[in-house]
Amino acid sequence: MKLEQMYQEIILDHYRQPHGAGLREPFDAETHHVNPTCGDEVTLRVKLEGDEVKDVSYESLGCSISQASTSVLTDLVVGKSVQEAFRILESFQEMAQSRGKVAGDEDVIGDGVAFAGVSKYPARVKCALLGWMAFKDAVVRVKEEA
Amino acid sequence: MTAVQAHEGLDLTAIRGDFPILSRTVREDRPLVYLDSGATSQRPRQVLDAERRFLETHNAAVHRGAHQLAEEATDDYEAARAKIAVLVGAEPEELVFTKNATEGINLVAYAFSNSSIRTGLGPETERFVLGPGDEIVVTELEHHANLVPWQELCRRTGATLRWYSVTDDGRIDLDSLELTERTRIVAFAHQSNVTAAIAPVAELVRRARAVGALTVLDACQSVPHMPVNLTELGVDFAAFSGHKMLGPSGVGVLYGRTELLEAMPPFLTGGSMIEMVRMEGSTYAPPPQRFEAGVPMTSQAVGLGAAVDYLSAIGMDRVFAHEQELARVALDTLAEVPGVRIVGPTDLTDRGGAVAFVVDGVHAHDVGQVLDDRGIAVRVGHHCAWPLHRRFGIAATVRASFHVYNTADEVAQLAEGVRAAKEFFGVA
Repeated sequence: MKLEQMYQEIILDHYRQPHGAGLREPFDAETHHVNPTCGDEVTLRVKLEGDEVKDVSYESLGCSISQASTSVLTDLVVGKSVQEAFRILESFQEMAQSRGKVAGDEDVIGDGVAFAGVSKYPARVKCALLGWMAFKDAVVRVKEEA
Repeated sequence: MTAVQAHEGLDLTAIRGDFPILSRTVREDRPLVYLDSGATSQRPRQVLDAERRFLETHNAAVHRGAHQLAEEATDDYEAARAKIAVLVGAEPEELVFTKNATEGINLVAYAFSNSSIRTGLGPETERFVLGPGDEIVVTELEHHANLVPWQELCRRTGATLRWYSVTDDGRIDLDSLELTERTRIVAFAHQSNVTAAIAPVAELVRRARAVGALTVLDACQSVPHMPVNLTELGVDFAAFSGHKMLGPSGVGVLYGRTELLEAMPPFLTGGSMIEMVRMEGSTYAPPPQRFEAGVPMTSQAVGLGAAVDYLSAIGMDRVFAHEQELARVALDTLAEVPGVRIVGPTDLTDRGGAVAFVVDGVHAHDVGQVLDDRGIAVRVGHHCAWPLHRRFGIAATVRASFHVYNTADEVAQLAEGVRAAKEFFGVA
């Protein structure tokens, strides 16, 4: 059955117990992204310290895929340099948009590889990327303001 | 597993046989259970055949040229208009072919917008002039297509947008707003595309007339599913689309009372819609041609005419009765699933066939994915009615919507699928 391929246990775990959820102070930039086709929303804050991603906090309203993927994002990027975080983001995005052709590199995107199955469902790719794009946008904003 | 049942005298085996797509499988080997006709309906062979026949034997640009094909194509195009007119209780010249209902509503909005500029127009357009202090009234349950064009018209003219709010069971709250002498337009959906509540059209028309406002009816979810007589309803304008009524996409209809269409300035301009063109300026053809600039969609209009024939042969009263029965099955079976909340009326009074709901603890997208895995196609999201969802404090609903080809067994599978979704996501 395809359903289990898409909703891997890792995804369901992150969905039930999301990591890093909630909006926290202090932060350098806050972004609000929506998925206009379904109305899902995420508000995401980023705190940088020098070039390090010190904290990512968020509040989201959305499906299991968008919630879980934002949870995985925080695991992967907090504590990394901005450059490394963006490398992870690009790798995750490439897999998510590959229509099932790119399996994803576990060394780079960790639990993110669980979302490989989602990439086969074009309608859900935006869900998987919602938090990630909000993160990218927030970091760009901090850099622009600096 | 889809035992076809006949009720209300419909021969569902024969009807389903007319729709080739219904016999395909999806997600490997699942029989398709198509419960998304509110988004777009499927088309019977009769419609597909009419389009093919037209293209193979009569195709030409309509309303231009004097050769035989041009005559035949024009006759077919106008015959389609006449069939649609009979279906909705209007005169053919009161119907304008548009790309879809969205374009029809924009056409009305731009008639007001263009009139409000006031330069080079005749005195007959004065009644469409809007300015600061004027009011356009909509409702909180509108599809974006009957909301955003009015927001934009307000922005362009300085008029104010006001709206009726929505009751807890998803109906227009008639007590929430008083029209004023400055209300110029009252635009509302005949049937909500989410809650399926049928609007009290007569009362809203009475109120609008009492203050001299014009009414615009979004008939996208009514004309395809129930008997509608626009003349008897007394609305000034109405819009609906072909693809929701077993017809092709790319064709819709705007209804306007003759007197109004005759006074309105054009929206899109160019070929076909003119009376006389000189370098210094042009005059325009009478309606409906004034509003059909350029070579129009033709095989699509012919296909829509065939869809009207198909629906008329069944009878719109029987279509409506069938869909109400399907709604009853959906409401009854979903009521037995704990944690399911219907967004909309839970009884069948003044209610059409769509059933929208949320499942506590499982997001609509996730419910939809589980249903899809079982071959059941529903719509998930805000269904282009975001303010309505906000009104209920929810981001998204699951919507099952029906047409004449759906069976009670298919609808019952919906509730089974929702149970499976709850189980999959570990929600008791």
